[in-house]
Parts: sequence; C-alpha cells; structure tokens
Amino acid sequence: MKTFLFCVLVVLVILIGVYLYRVLQGPTIFDRLLGHNGISTKAIILLIVIGVYFERVDMFIDISIGYALLNLVGALAVAKYLEQKGHP
Amino acid sequence: MDILSIIFIIAGLFFMIVAAIGVIRLPDVYSRSHAVSLTDSLGAFLMLVGIALHDGLGKNMLKILMVLALLYLLNPVIAHATIRAALRSGLKPWQKESS
Repeated sequence: MKTFLFCVLVVLVILIGVYLYRVLQGPTIFDRLLGHNGISTKAIILLIVIGVYFERVDMFIDISIGYALLNLVGALAVAKYLEQKGHP
Repeated sequence: MDILSIIFIIAGLFFMIVAAIGVIRLPDVYSRSHAVSLTDSLGAFLMLVGIALHDGLGKNMLKILMVLALLYLLNPVIAHATIRAALRSGLKPWQKESS
C-alpha cells in the first residue's frame, strides 16, 4: 500500500506541473486563474495523500481545510477585481 | 477493503489525467473551464472516497468527507466567478476560422 501511495504522489506532482505550464503560458489572465484553481484542488488532495502516507492524517486534514478556504478567498477576490476593471 | 480503495483511487487519477489533457489541448478559456471544472470534481470525489475507505470508520473519515463537501461547495463557485469575469470583460468565445 505504501508503494502505491508513493506512485499516486508522483502522478499528482506531474499533474501539478502540467497545470503550471498553463499558468505560465496562458494567453489571457483568465487562463492563469483557471490553472491556479486546478493547482489548488490538486494541492488539497496531495496534502491528504501525504497524511495517509506518513500515517498522520489527523494533522494534515486541518491544513488542507485551511488551504481550501484560502483558495476560495483569493480566487474570488481576483475574479471580482478583473470583472470590475473590464479589460480583455 | 484495500482492493476497493485502490480501484477508487485509480479511477480518480484517470479523471484527473483527462482534465490535465483537456487543459493542455483545448483552444479557449471557456472550453478549458468546461474540461477542468467537471472532471476535476469527479476525480476529487473518487480519490477522497477511496482514501476514506482506506482510513476506516472513525473521526478521520468524517473529516475527509467534510473536505469533500467543502470542495463540492467551493469548486463551482470559483469556476462560475472566473468565467463570468471573462464574459463581462468582453472576451469573445473561440470560433472555427474557415468552416
């Protein structure tokens, strides 16, 4: 089971790299915001899998809940700001 | 119980890989959002259910399901806000050049 969880961690990190390409490359700023949202969803799951891997799930779940709430506040603030500004 | 959780986690990883391919290949921010926000939610659901099954009944399972409910509340809100900002700031949807 530990080897399988390590393989899951490696695949998740590769997926974060794929989203990072879209964040760096994206033509408009909304592509970068979308990539940021995908990266943060992957990071929440990555934290929980790390917790299962090290057998300390009770500590890592609280960190992931805080990360999810921070992601909501940041993404909503940037989206509302770009909507008010009105430039493509 | 281990076999069931491994099946759930591999199914979740498959949907996440599909979402990543969609982010790389699709031509527009609207279609990319369509690829990400649907398959990412399903992949997160399958992976967290698999991890909760592996962890067994107890307090930690309840907390993992709480993270899952939080993701299902927050993910559509963020996708909707991003796409509404893109539409209101005047970004035209992608169209085929020469039909």
